[in-house]
Amino acid sequence: MDSTWKVESIFLSMAIGQTSLPATVHRVRKPRINRDMLLAILVITPSIIAVAVFIYSFIAWTFWISTVNWNTSVIDYTFVGLKNWTRMLSSSRFQIDLRNLALYAGGFMLQCIVIGFLLASLLDQRIKGESVFRTIFIFPFAISAVVTGVAWRWLMRPETGINLLFESVGLGFLRSKWFADPTWGILFITIAASWQFSGYVMALYLAGLRGISNEIKEAAQIDGCNSWNLHRHIIIPMVAPVTLTAIVLTGMASIRVFDIVTVMSGSGQAFSTDMFAFHMFEQMFTASRFSLSAVIGAFMIILSAFLLVPYLISVRRESEQ
Amino acid sequence: MTQTTRAKPFSLQNLFSRFAIYAVLIAFALYFLMPIYVLVITALKPYADVSVARMWELPQGLYFESFVVAWSKVAPNFRNSILITVPAAIISSFIGSINGYIFSKWRFRGSNILFLLFLVGMFLPYQGVLIPMVLTLRSVGLYGKVVGLIFIHCVFGIPITALMFRSYYQGIPDELVDAGKIDGCGFFGIYRYILLPIAAPAFAVVLLWQFTSIWNDFIIGLVVLSNPTLAPVTVAVQNLTGSFTTEWNVQMAAALIAALPTIVVYLALGKLFMRGLLAGSVKG
Repeated sequence: MDSTWKVESIFLSMAIGQTSLPATVHRVRKPRINRDMLLAILVITPSIIAVAVFIYSFIAWTFWISTVNWNTSVIDYTFVGLKNWTRMLSSSRFQIDLRNLALYAGGFMLQCIVIGFLLASLLDQRIKGESVFRTIFIFPFAISAVVTGVAWRWLMRPETGINLLFESVGLGFLRSKWFADPTWGILFITIAASWQFSGYVMALYLAGLRGISNEIKEAAQIDGCNSWNLHRHIIIPMVAPVTLTAIVLTGMASIRVFDIVTVMSGSGQAFSTDMFAFHMFEQMFTASRFSLSAVIGAFMIILSAFLLVPYLISVRRESEQ
Repeated sequence: MTQTTRAKPFSLQNLFSRFAIYAVLIAFALYFLMPIYVLVITALKPYADVSVARMWELPQGLYFESFVVAWSKVAPNFRNSILITVPAAIISSFIGSINGYIFSKWRFRGSNILFLLFLVGMFLPYQGVLIPMVLTLRSVGLYGKVVGLIFIHCVFGIPITALMFRSYYQGIPDELVDAGKIDGCGFFGIYRYILLPIAAPAFAVVLLWQFTSIWNDFIIGLVVLSNPTLAPVTVAVQNLTGSFTTEWNVQMAAALIAALPTIVVYLALGKLFMRGLLAGSVKG
């Protein structure tokens, strides 16, 4: 039964260019609409309606709210055009959020991809106890971001935790204020976030590496390829689709990050660890400025679409070739 | 698994590189276990022993009082998390098994485009739908209710579960379905007698996935069910640990309690998950 078990991880199936998107197989079959086909369409209709209403129409609704004058707890659908947008985009907190997102995304992607690829290539060297290592590396992915945040907040307490560890081994100069740092605080949160996520990226890479046939590696070695060149010219290009998937996944996770920031630091000193999702939540629940909050939500959708749509198109093109 | 290149001839350089590989792997394993180690030892210490200077030291003895205190605070939320997660995971897996069946074996005009729209919807951040979601739940009287949260998790689970089941069913030959049709099976008959009996591995993986992600959810629980006594355990842990009056050992114990179900599920079924994850690309 396991042999019929193809790819059940969505991301993986995209990563290796399998058929997550319109399949390549065009079977010549008469388009007969019979009773069973109607039944199939009927059965899937509630799901289609649910997705249309709860995802797509709600997104449209968010955009609509972002253009009205609803900035108190009293519902107000008076159209004000882009007033909320200009107000929000020109606010200093929003601009800090943009900078923080750039730092967060950079730090998070880099750590997840470097650690993920490194661990996967090491585990691919016929390691004794591979499954034990694998279990440990993916383990944090099963834990919630809330618990991750609680643990790392404790580890990053300035007077103890990792700082204490550094000092006890004579590396006291590495002491840090961690996420309380007023300038780079947000980067330290990515350490906790990628602790949780790199194991998953490793699993994706491991699957990608196992998909490279040994003949190719052997042929390269016979041709005198050393390990460095083998990686540089053969392995890294061949796992490029996995890398693309990992970039999109970590990018999307960066845009929407909420849990771990909320638990570890909130918006931080002078918004040094503020992120869009946290800002939006505060505008909505603390300040009841629904229209301004909707601007942030809509902006997050636009950012994600910029990342997602080119990716889906490229995967689709690949699967059509 | 795969028979890889023949072992290289013994050499000092080879021995050294093997040693380096294991050293790096062990270092990373320690790094990945470090936060868990700190959580566990802090939770096992009485408050008097939780000093910042001795944070890394093992506790003097086993002390479970912090778990008792933490449990008394988060127990109602833990129960509620079960009440939310179990039905939501089961219902959404079932919906996914049918949708995946339709997307893979009953392609109709436009079904591929629909599927693509499902996928896009799955990836987009929740923040884009949060305000309308609250407004809608309020207007239908499901806001602040466990049922409302289950409903939302089921709806947001539609795309991912459909995708996972679709991938699985695509591995099942169409000829099997065609044979079923010839034998007089209809839409439901093929599902019930041909696909469902061999879909157990898919159900296991989708249930595992949905259970973990719903249990670990924070933002939807926070938004829909913010009432402190009803909120899911993740929200309760944040409420508890966010207050400065809570002792550190109790905070860590509460975090461990909240993490326990997914840890147990992962350790028990993690192999299945990995096997499924890797099976797709391993040849032979």
